[in-house]
Amino acid sequence: MADTNYDVIIIGSGPGGYVTAIRASQLGLKTAIVEREHLGGICLNWGCIPTKALLRSAEIYHYMQHAKDYGLSADNISFDPAAVVKRSRGVSGQLNGGVGFLMKKNKVDVIWGEGKITKAGEVTVSKVTKKAMEPQHPVPKGVKGEGVYKAKYIIVATGARPRVIPGIEPDGKDIWTYFEAMVPPSMPKSLIVMGSGAIGIEFASFYKTMGADVTVIEMMPTIMPVEDPEISGLAKKQMEKQGLKFLTDAKVSKVVKGGGKVTATVETKDGKTQEISAEKMISAVGVVGNIENLGLEALGVKTDRGCVVIDGYGRTNVTGIYAIGDVAGPPMLAHKAEHEGVICVEKIAGKDVHAMDKSMIPGCTYCNPQVASVGLTEPKAKEAGYKVKVGRFPFMGNGKAIALGEPEGLIKTIFDEKTGQLLGAHMVGAEVTELIQGFVVAMNLETTEEDLMHTVFPHPTLSEMMKESVLDAYGRVLNI
Amino acid sequence: MPINITMPALSPTMEEGNLAKWLVKEGDEVSAGDVIAEIETDKATMEVEAVDEGTVGKIVVPAGTAGVKVNELIAVLLEEGEDASAIDASGGSSAAKPEAEADKAPAVPESSSAIEVGAKAVTDPVPAPRTADGGRIFSSPLARRLAQQNGLDLKAISGTGPHGRVVKRDIEAALASGTGKAAPAAAPSAAAAAPAMATGPSTDQVLKLFEEGSYELVPHDGMRKTIARRLVESKQTIPHFYVSVDCELDALLALRGQINGSAPKDKDGNPLYKVSVNDMTIKALALALRDVPDANVSWTDEAMVKHKHSDVGVAVSIPGGLITPIVRSAELKPLSVISNEMKDFGKRAKERKLKPEEYQGGTTAVSNMGMMGVRDFAAVVNPPHATILAVGAGDKRAVVKGDEITIATVMTVTLSTDHRCVDGALGAELLAAFKGYIENPMGMLV
Repeated sequence: MADTNYDVIIIGSGPGGYVTAIRASQLGLKTAIVEREHLGGICLNWGCIPTKALLRSAEIYHYMQHAKDYGLSADNISFDPAAVVKRSRGVSGQLNGGVGFLMKKNKVDVIWGEGKITKAGEVTVSKVTKKAMEPQHPVPKGVKGEGVYKAKYIIVATGARPRVIPGIEPDGKDIWTYFEAMVPPSMPKSLIVMGSGAIGIEFASFYKTMGADVTVIEMMPTIMPVEDPEISGLAKKQMEKQGLKFLTDAKVSKVVKGGGKVTATVETKDGKTQEISAEKMISAVGVVGNIENLGLEALGVKTDRGCVVIDGYGRTNVTGIYAIGDVAGPPMLAHKAEHEGVICVEKIAGKDVHAMDKSMIPGCTYCNPQVASVGLTEPKAKEAGYKVKVGRFPFMGNGKAIALGEPEGLIKTIFDEKTGQLLGAHMVGAEVTELIQGFVVAMNLETTEEDLMHTVFPHPTLSEMMKESVLDAYGRVLNI
Repeated sequence: MPINITMPALSPTMEEGNLAKWLVKEGDEVSAGDVIAEIETDKATMEVEAVDEGTVGKIVVPAGTAGVKVNELIAVLLEEGEDASAIDASGGSSAAKPEAEADKAPAVPESSSAIEVGAKAVTDPVPAPRTADGGRIFSSPLARRLAQQNGLDLKAISGTGPHGRVVKRDIEAALASGTGKAAPAAAPSAAAAAPAMATGPSTDQVLKLFEEGSYELVPHDGMRKTIARRLVESKQTIPHFYVSVDCELDALLALRGQINGSAPKDKDGNPLYKVSVNDMTIKALALALRDVPDANVSWTDEAMVKHKHSDVGVAVSIPGGLITPIVRSAELKPLSVISNEMKDFGKRAKERKLKPEEYQGGTTAVSNMGMMGVRDFAAVVNPPHATILAVGAGDKRAVVKGDEITIATVMTVTLSTDHRCVDGALGAELLAAFKGYIENPMGMLV
């Protein structure tokens, strides 16, 4: 008779769920994780990771096209879409297997199937009804199966799925979500991307680099609406230089399919209407929490706008039921989910832990040029009543950026004039997704401008621009 | 141009003071040297004199304001021919701005000056704070700056960051908790006293234990705060060690009788001095320190400060607290001089008119409760002193001499030492020397 009693059962093995499971196990809690489709969730099967693999192919392709700039020659450059996709799936598969290994290593039981909280402290796992995305990674060995499992603490970590706009439902053929966009059977010649958030803009950037004619339609006045407008404006300008087209303040009101193309009717703010046709369309208008079929409603778990309502420790309004990650609300980011999960189980284990602080969660977008940020944008900081000091440093003034052949970009820092607190940092340009963490650490350690100015940054690196930006905020910039 | 009158530093260590009283009002004419205000510092009330002549144009800090920072604008003086409108047009207007900003931050009563300091601090480095014994207080740079801007002492704030690091939320909590919400006049006491009482319960926590209306709240004055801060600091940082000894007083009392009996008289027939037992105790301790110079020291982290003279502080009880004026180089002074100095100190201490240089420093101290019938007690070392002598009453006791029980007037004294610099044996040596002078008092006269 298999043991079905646990301290903690986590439903969903995405980056939030599986990290939570490992931490729970480290804390001595007997832990199981329920998964219906793929260990690692969307993130490493259909999201963060495989897109990075695709974008890497695009990046190298881009460099090969510009080999001359570096004194190299590369003729007859081409690519094999199937091989690009295969590499991406391979990367995903490797990490998917890695999660299985991590579960085993940390003595976390994996229960395969669809989990539902049938009553407080009880999860019933049944056969999977959701149609699996193909290609599917193999089901890991040694998993437990359907049945009734008990746990004092149940953590919902079921993630999110693409938002669907009525009338523009993705069909997987002409209108894609990120699932289909990840595994294109061939490269479309033209593409409409609806939504310019991280997902939309990354695919737009990828397909553009691979040769497609791409138009991005964004409802808000700026692309990447959560980013600082100065930064997203610069990103937009650069992408336009590459040939990407943007329609902002624009709404897709109708989509007609037929004749091997998709035609979108776009209404712009000025009241004008235009029709845009393309071979394919990607719907990237955000994601919604997977709150259905979990038994939450019957148990009276509070939800709001498609997400479970939690406190700073992942607690729902129902004792014993917790939620973390995308399903528990924005920002819907893997690293936020992980951190939320760790806080959640540490609190459960009685550790002295502080509530989730969402003000210092970095965000990275891997389009070309990359965009990365943490903290308040300049408008948000002003809105919050801060008198700000803003520093800027352009890539053009940085030796390493010039040497790399990447002279486009900007690093912007925002300080509270009164206290010198770093309120936000925003970047656009090469490799900024790897740079932002320096400011994230600084913010978490509550450094002020003084400490940043006293920190030695290595030369020659792109990171020197971070210091220069800080110096600029205080009128002490050196290299411009 | 209007002349700014700022809070004067009445001693080198003064950081803030209470503006006790204005002796002039707006519109009054003053000339240089006129006393215009009284300022209450740590231990004394001092007079502020006008350095220029003019008309008092504006009193910026009202009487009764506590915790006024040194150099903060307190009033504006108008020169001949100027009227009050000149104040706004001149640098004097800088006073008005901080005042207005004070409304924004009612949690911090000193905000007017704190904001000025703070604005500057953005470019000035904030040194990493240390605990009283020099240990590092882990705190975030932002927390340090916020503490500085809000006049908080990091030592008093318990950190909730990793390993007890003081972070922004701790400062915010400190500002939000009771202390900050107190009425502006009363708040400085809380803000200033709380840091000293590093681990003590908060005002709210204490008051919660008593029924409302069953007590009266008397806000601390500068002296009370200083006493509290200094003594907590002493007991928290100085490892105290105590040595007691009995001294026979009969010879000393007899000598005192002779000295006072032979005192010359002034033209009114009053003796020119009247030496007390306390005066002789001061002298005996001063001489003992001269003889045992290793005990005449002050502790610092880097070095032993070996003093060349015996500056003896004498605790004088006054209404509302105590103060310790210092008899400098007491080992060199005749008893008559010591006696008259003490008389003067005692009188002016009660009026709170001692000058800072008269009560700051010193190498040791005497606390005498003999006149109150106390037999023996132990005193708290008052740094930078390394020792303090607690003197009990001289009373007749049965004493065994040889194999005989006899009657002698005996006084018990207890020496408290800072064990970091005066070890037990050294303390005993000092006390033996002291006892020698007390029991053979003629030695004090040569």
